[in-house]
Amino acid sequence: MSEIVHPLHRFIRPSVTQTTFCPGCGDGIVVQAILRAIDGLGMDLDDFVFVSGIGCAAWIPSPFFNADVLHTTHGRPIAFAFGIKMGLPEKKVMVVSGDGDLVAIGGNHLIQNARRNIEMVVLCINNGIYGMTGGQAAPTTPMGIKTTTTPYGTVENTFNISKLVMAAGASFVACWTAAHPKQLTNSIKKAIQKKGFAFIEVFSQCPIQFGRKTGVGSAVEMLENYKNRSISSKEAAKLSDEELKDRIVVGELVDVEKPEMLEEVKKMMDKARGGVE
Amino acid sequence: MHWMRKLHDLLSRFSHRCVGGEAAEESKKMNVKRVLTGRYFMMGNVACAEGAIAAGCEFTAGYPITPATEIANRLAERLPQVGGAFFQMEDEISAIAAVVGASWAGKKSMTVTSGPGISLMSENIGFAISVETPCVIVNVQRGAPSTGMPTIGIQGDMVQAKHCSHGDYEIIALCPSSPQEMFGLTVIAFNYAERYRTPVFILSDAFVGHMREEVIIPEPEKIETIYRKIPEPGTDPQGIKGFLSEDVAPMPIFGRGFKAHVTSSCHDEVGKRNLIDISVLDNYIRKLSNKILKHKDEITLVERDYEGAEVVLVSYGGVARAAAMAASRAREEGLPVGTLRLITAWPFPEEEIEKMARKAKHVIVLENNLGQMYPYIKAEAAHFAEVSFLSPRLVGEIQDPEDILAKIREVAK
Repeated sequence: MSEIVHPLHRFIRPSVTQTTFCPGCGDGIVVQAILRAIDGLGMDLDDFVFVSGIGCAAWIPSPFFNADVLHTTHGRPIAFAFGIKMGLPEKKVMVVSGDGDLVAIGGNHLIQNARRNIEMVVLCINNGIYGMTGGQAAPTTPMGIKTTTTPYGTVENTFNISKLVMAAGASFVACWTAAHPKQLTNSIKKAIQKKGFAFIEVFSQCPIQFGRKTGVGSAVEMLENYKNRSISSKEAAKLSDEELKDRIVVGELVDVEKPEMLEEVKKMMDKARGGVE
Repeated sequence: MHWMRKLHDLLSRFSHRCVGGEAAEESKKMNVKRVLTGRYFMMGNVACAEGAIAAGCEFTAGYPITPATEIANRLAERLPQVGGAFFQMEDEISAIAAVVGASWAGKKSMTVTSGPGISLMSENIGFAISVETPCVIVNVQRGAPSTGMPTIGIQGDMVQAKHCSHGDYEIIALCPSSPQEMFGLTVIAFNYAERYRTPVFILSDAFVGHMREEVIIPEPEKIETIYRKIPEPGTDPQGIKGFLSEDVAPMPIFGRGFKAHVTSSCHDEVGKRNLIDISVLDNYIRKLSNKILKHKDEITLVERDYEGAEVVLVSYGGVARAAAMAASRAREEGLPVGTLRLITAWPFPEEEIEKMARKAKHVIVLENNLGQMYPYIKAEAAHFAEVSFLSPRLVGEIQDPEDILAKIREVAK
């Protein structure tokens, strides 16, 4: 009898034998969504270079994906990805990292490259907390929540990450939660094919550092919470900011055509060469 | 010109062993435009940019900073003409990150900055060392600490180059004394970076960077350039040992199907992350350092002119010009004075210092700072000779040869 092998198993690095994610973590759902999207497009992992930063979500491609993977310093994966994409324009470059990595310490690289509209896919796994270091507040942690560094509750407003990246000029922005794996997979497919900066925010439950410590509950309860708070962008358009306060606006929020940086670089180089000859 | 001959010897030393890769081939095809062969009256910073282009550099990224901007400006104009580009990033952190990314994409890469930029780059310089990334980092040093005095050259970042990032590691740093060397040493910096898979510093300063002097750019055939070793195409990705060899592992660059796992976290020879076994950590730390130290002889460049000298002036960079003048004036007076110029500052050339000190009675260390390399030089030389330090009257100006002469007369009494 032949052994039953998961259809996505061929994408996993052979030396990897176990997951590093905590029980109930949403990152496994994101792993599946990414690999199903690539599989669904009929692509191979050799068509990609994956880049990640520091934190739990950064361990999604590193070391799991059997591909070229650069696991970088905290906050800088998009900056490293910039150089990789310029050097290998024919490859798909995908950044996978968390909200602390991409929006707190690395926020400038996120908005600057959205502005440049350089072709790459950026997946921001938003768990609203610093999971790997033991549950410290992030710029995405809701106001008033108690964390290990905010024992009396957070005193800061939060980032709406998708809005931030939209305002910065990305040509594709989508937002989903771990409770929307199919929609997420479809958006990843679109993002991979997008000629431009394609950003996807994924709300992903951290039952250990967020759910347990803040009292939001188990993984199942957190997924229920995501489902209840989610509202489509179409419905959200009818509501005021106040009414949307605790909601997660899901869907493909931006999908536009605009000048892409690599194309512009090519034109610039043609101009420079014309000047010489 | 002795330096040109030396440059040629140095470059050809590597050429036959290591030339390879598409970039090298491509750069040869494009040599007509890449190498501006000729004799020029050229600024040091411009010569540095031309050296990078001649070496086959294709990707550069940086952030505007005085006194390094002329390098960026020249690269931005010239590189697109030969199929490369300069990218102005949002900060120096992203500049070095992009350079490392481009290097893993297979491109010869460089960033140019000054001390404040190096401070920002420090974490990612450690990353480049950890994952063994060839790249060149040009630091045109300026008045410091902090924002300091941007247009004044001092040699204030000598130890920063060695120790800016956390942890134990070795670095290569070269110190040009002239616009001609801004060209030649930049070519060598690329060759060292590619040969040893490591970041290489050019430690210039505002004086040498802004100095205008004769620069001779040789014919492209006379500039040997090397490209990193990469695994044989078609190698089984699971069998590639792409890291932590003292003999420099082949680099499993991206886009070739090598499925490289590249992490600056503690890793083993195949790049697998290991955060629990301290024997793997020990191996990770030692191999990175030993890779450089094992090849120290090949990396060390000095200019020796101390045959029969009792007093030896040790210096580097722009200060070495004042030292040479003072030595020649002293010899005219009949004083037995020689010079030792460090071209390679790191890895620190202890053996060269010892060799010199064994024959000398007095060693005078000259730097345009409060004595950064002095403790290292003293540690090697003090066993054999009297060692003293002479800074300029004002840090920020190069020593007046008259002051050096006065010091020579004092110690030679």
